[in-house]
Amino acid sequence: MVAPPLLEMSDVSVSFDGFYALTDLSIRLLPGELRSIIGPNGAGKTTFLDVITGKVKPTKGSVFFRGQPLKGLSEQKISRLGIGRKFQTPRVFDNLSVLRNLELAAVPAKNPLGLITDKLPNSVRDDVQHLLNYVGLAPFARRPAGSLSHGQKQWLAIAMVVAQSPQLILLDEPVAGLTDEETSRTADLIKSLAGEHTVVVIEHDMEFIRDLNAPVTVLHQGSVLTEGFLETVKSDPKVIEVYLGQSQD
Amino acid sequence: MKLLSKLTPWILLAVALFILPLILDDFRLNLFGRYFALAITALAIDLIWGYTGLLSLGQGIFFALGGYASAMYLMLNTKSEAGGNGIPKFFENYGVADLPFFWQPFWSPVFTLIAIWLVPAIIAGFVGYLIFRNRIKGVYFSIITQAALMVFYHFFNGQQKLINGTNGLKTSTTELFGLLVGSPDMQLWLYRLTVILLPIAFLICRYFTSGRFGDALIAIRDDELRLRFTGYNPVPFKTIVFIVAGALCGVSGALYTVQSGIVSPQFMTIAMSIEMVIWVAVGGRGTLVGPIIGAVVVNYLRSLVSEALPEMWLFVQGALFIFVVVLMPDGIYGWFKNGGFSRLLAAFGVVHATATYPQLDQDPVVLEEMQASSSSKK
Repeated sequence: MVAPPLLEMSDVSVSFDGFYALTDLSIRLLPGELRSIIGPNGAGKTTFLDVITGKVKPTKGSVFFRGQPLKGLSEQKISRLGIGRKFQTPRVFDNLSVLRNLELAAVPAKNPLGLITDKLPNSVRDDVQHLLNYVGLAPFARRPAGSLSHGQKQWLAIAMVVAQSPQLILLDEPVAGLTDEETSRTADLIKSLAGEHTVVVIEHDMEFIRDLNAPVTVLHQGSVLTEGFLETVKSDPKVIEVYLGQSQD
Repeated sequence: MKLLSKLTPWILLAVALFILPLILDDFRLNLFGRYFALAITALAIDLIWGYTGLLSLGQGIFFALGGYASAMYLMLNTKSEAGGNGIPKFFENYGVADLPFFWQPFWSPVFTLIAIWLVPAIIAGFVGYLIFRNRIKGVYFSIITQAALMVFYHFFNGQQKLINGTNGLKTSTTELFGLLVGSPDMQLWLYRLTVILLPIAFLICRYFTSGRFGDALIAIRDDELRLRFTGYNPVPFKTIVFIVAGALCGVSGALYTVQSGIVSPQFMTIAMSIEMVIWVAVGGRGTLVGPIIGAVVVNYLRSLVSEALPEMWLFVQGALFIFVVVLMPDGIYGWFKNGGFSRLLAAFGVVHATATYPQLDQDPVVLEEMQASSSSKK
């Protein structure tokens, strides 16, 4: 028996004034899966995430999450369904402390009434504390997030997504600007998340993709070029062509 | 030191309530009463601009509505103001025989006390919800609020038959509790009322800005779209603070009106609403003490300059605004809080500047290492 897909995207096209960022893209993600997505610049990787999270409305095609259509839903509704996203540049709330950033992401009742009481269940507090320790930001908990270094902001941004405890975690370039050591720690974190969550990782860093040891989807000009493990994908002549620009003849 | 900072608000309140009436004459005390009334507006603008990042150039609407509500009650309930048919005299000038319908409920003091803040709140909620729901932000929000202000201004200015148009409603000759509103005794009571209401407005703003609700406001200011992706709908948050700010502006306008003696469409000029924003910028936005300082300092300065050199005030105000934006981006209070004063002293050689990064001994990582090394030595 095949498990029903967590996310099913079929024949999605996105056109910006006639320029197609995505063309007939179909991708399905299974529960607990870890998937890497690579592709040259302009392949439509970020637009792919934009469509899932509701930032960009597809021109054509459909996206189903747990069997529910995402069409027409606002960003916050999609997020509450259980989809968390880390942006390409780490976007954190600069004027809030690291702890408050995480707690804001972790609050179970995300409405004015839920916030005005200022209470947080102990289980959520513990989760946040655990996350803080895991990403090594515990000593900085009371610091404003704006004062963190780039690498620390990346970690905080990832931790905020995890704190939302979404079923589907979308990470756009999680290791950009990180040191080798931090990169391998991030790989460990992501691997530990997979299984319980479905994780999609977009990266340019091939070492990191190899570390993840997960199925790779190669995007090119807005559609899937090929899928498979990194070693097979790397030797695929089509992939070599789009990355190195060799012509067929 | 801790005790002192805890007592400071109470000391300030006591000074404003008991000392100032002793040392200031009636005229000056009345001016301070007006400044404190305006400080409530400054607090409201800080709530929406300083914390939530919504630069409203239309708070004059709510300010004037509060003022009109109080003035309408006073006009109706003063015998000497009434003309032949029992309604305020000015209606006779325009040949109006019947009281316009929206004046009717203002016979009631209870209705008036509620309307002063509820009417602005309802309008703020309506306008705010429509703007925020359509994701209008930044400069466009400012422009729309300013356009709304102009609409209200022209409406009030042109409706002689309804609201005495450009002449406004004079409150200083009306009566309240058998006292002339413009009399020194009444003004002293109104001053006291203002001094009591200002801290209450402060506490209301603090209630909304501290805690997780305040976190959400700051998050909206920092990166609203990111907050959406975290699962929050920013629209109710923005609407709520806009309503609260509108209500506070209404109360502020009512207090200002009864102390200045008149409410007129001049309260809804573009210049007035921009001045309100300047008070907050000068005092320090994003803090709750800053706007109070800003409103009092700027308006006190305005009185002093206008008395010494009439016509010069607008130049001084412009210069002040530029000075603050360029040299004190966090306002007066922010400048003091961020150690601006000690830096100034250092620049003049009064105290020594710190030789190294002062942050080093506060860095948690460095501190942890220091602790670890000192404990390992033992």
